[in-house]
Amino acid sequence: MMKISQQNREDLDVNEVIDTIPVAVVILDADFCVQVMNRTAEAMLGISRQQAVGIPCRHIVRSNLCLRDCPAREVLREERAVRRQGNVINCSRQKIPVAFHVDVLRDSKGRLLGIVETLEDISLVEELDKKIHARHEFGDMVGLSPKMQKLFDILPIISQTDSSVLITGETGTGKDRVAEIIHRLSPRTQGAFVKINCGALPESLLESELFGHTRGAFTGAVRDKPGRFQLANNGSVYLTEIGDLPLPLQVKLLTFLDDKEIIPLGGTKTIKADVRLIAATHRDLHAMVQKGAFREDLFYRLNVVRLELPPLRERDGDIRLLMEHFLNQFNQLFQKKIKGFSRKAIEVLSRYPYPGNVRELKNIVEYAANVCRESSIQPEHLPDYLKNSALREVVAMKPADLITRSSVVAPPAEQTAVQAGVGALDWRSMERRLIMEALSQTSGNRTKAAKLLGWGRSTLWRKMKQHKLI
Amino acid sequence: MTEKILITIWGDEIASRFDLTSEILTVHVDSHGGVVESRTVVLPTISAEDLCHLILKEGITTVICGAIEEEYYQYLVWKKIKVMECVIGPYVKALELFLAGKLAPGANLMKSTFLEHT
Repeated sequence: MMKISQQNREDLDVNEVIDTIPVAVVILDADFCVQVMNRTAEAMLGISRQQAVGIPCRHIVRSNLCLRDCPAREVLREERAVRRQGNVINCSRQKIPVAFHVDVLRDSKGRLLGIVETLEDISLVEELDKKIHARHEFGDMVGLSPKMQKLFDILPIISQTDSSVLITGETGTGKDRVAEIIHRLSPRTQGAFVKINCGALPESLLESELFGHTRGAFTGAVRDKPGRFQLANNGSVYLTEIGDLPLPLQVKLLTFLDDKEIIPLGGTKTIKADVRLIAATHRDLHAMVQKGAFREDLFYRLNVVRLELPPLRERDGDIRLLMEHFLNQFNQLFQKKIKGFSRKAIEVLSRYPYPGNVRELKNIVEYAANVCRESSIQPEHLPDYLKNSALREVVAMKPADLITRSSVVAPPAEQTAVQAGVGALDWRSMERRLIMEALSQTSGNRTKAAKLLGWGRSTLWRKMKQHKLI
Repeated sequence: MTEKILITIWGDEIASRFDLTSEILTVHVDSHGGVVESRTVVLPTISAEDLCHLILKEGITTVICGAIEEEYYQYLVWKKIKVMECVIGPYVKALELFLAGKLAPGANLMKSTFLEHT
């Protein structure tokens, strides 16, 4: 093996040595002014070493970290190497993503000689990262779980047709987002996207709002007013909470779906409207049909393309992905630099069943990002209701699990209520579950169960009676 | 002709990056080259988009700044705003040189040289 002699070592020129290194290297003095730069750095930054020497590095490197979060200053302060990701803007006005590695340079006696910065161009890595991300992002929606991937696959196909779409799913699963995506991807994208909440207006107003009215149709109708269907001509109408649409209006909507024509309130002439209908509901329309609360013929006309959005608790692996996604969003919005979630915070968030689904998770992350003053989100930054461990543990259990474990004490009629799912939990059902869980754990021993719950025996007896458990 | 100049600043220097500027100096110059009004403004948010919006809203004719991304440079140029980019050094000196008609893009006022740029 070749050895470098003492003489050869002295003859080595630093500039020539660092020129052989394929990453950009910039050496600074203790005042953070550039002293040495290699050829790769010259090429990356677009500045020659002659111009750069003696100039503060923030004017040469021009990274996003320089002004507020200078890694070179951190290295001196912390006395350890620092690795960061950021970007630089070069003289060709290109923004280049870069991985910085900064360390101190000392002589053989440990005296500070300067600071060495290496800048690694990570454009390719970032590009690849974007491509991978593109696979689990669709419009504003994010999801890696098989159920979401299936949805992302089918959305572009559905968008190209003109068939009516019925979107179902629990509250907060993203029904509005899906409706918007369908419109945006459809050939009707240049037309209007009109959203109407069927549960927000009383029946009389809703009819006028949907189909319009003619002058004199009712007191106060001083002029003709076009309905939302007319306004959405060549576009899409999105009827949210279609389950709340009153029965008389269901008939009118059915007529429109058949003939593509509307008759304004008080009018006699029909008006053509070329509109694609997208409807959504969190209700079980099929059950409503059976109860007579929703017209069967309308249900089948709307149910041409059915999209069932999975609740968050059934989207394997998506909670972590969405947590990071929302944190990035709120970091940008609130101009924060929160790096992530602590292990304990992840544990709390992963065990929660999210009855409010993605919307609830988003709100939780927004709250945490607001409250957090540290570099990562800790359990104490999460809303208080998540931290109630007793509730959390019971709620985190799968409904099926609860049924099995509480079947000893739960009468058959009540099991259906438990089976309704975690999404429908209110305080009363939560309390009932707590009692059943405690009884199940203590094999039906009420004294032990009361102790476990922190109640007196009579309180437990009273509450069991209230919940019809005895 | 009157001029309205905006300089992106950081301490006593021109901020090294346009998109990370938190403070600006605006200078109103009359047709004889005299400074009519100058004021520094601390920006509520740090964003290149907001800064571009402010530049247009304030009727700025020249921007003196450090590194700027192509997208924002082209936008400002398209809006007929003169951009003196990649200027390094104290902003007071840069303003003096600009008023004397001696400032050019890429000027390194710490070394009295020019950076090569495209």
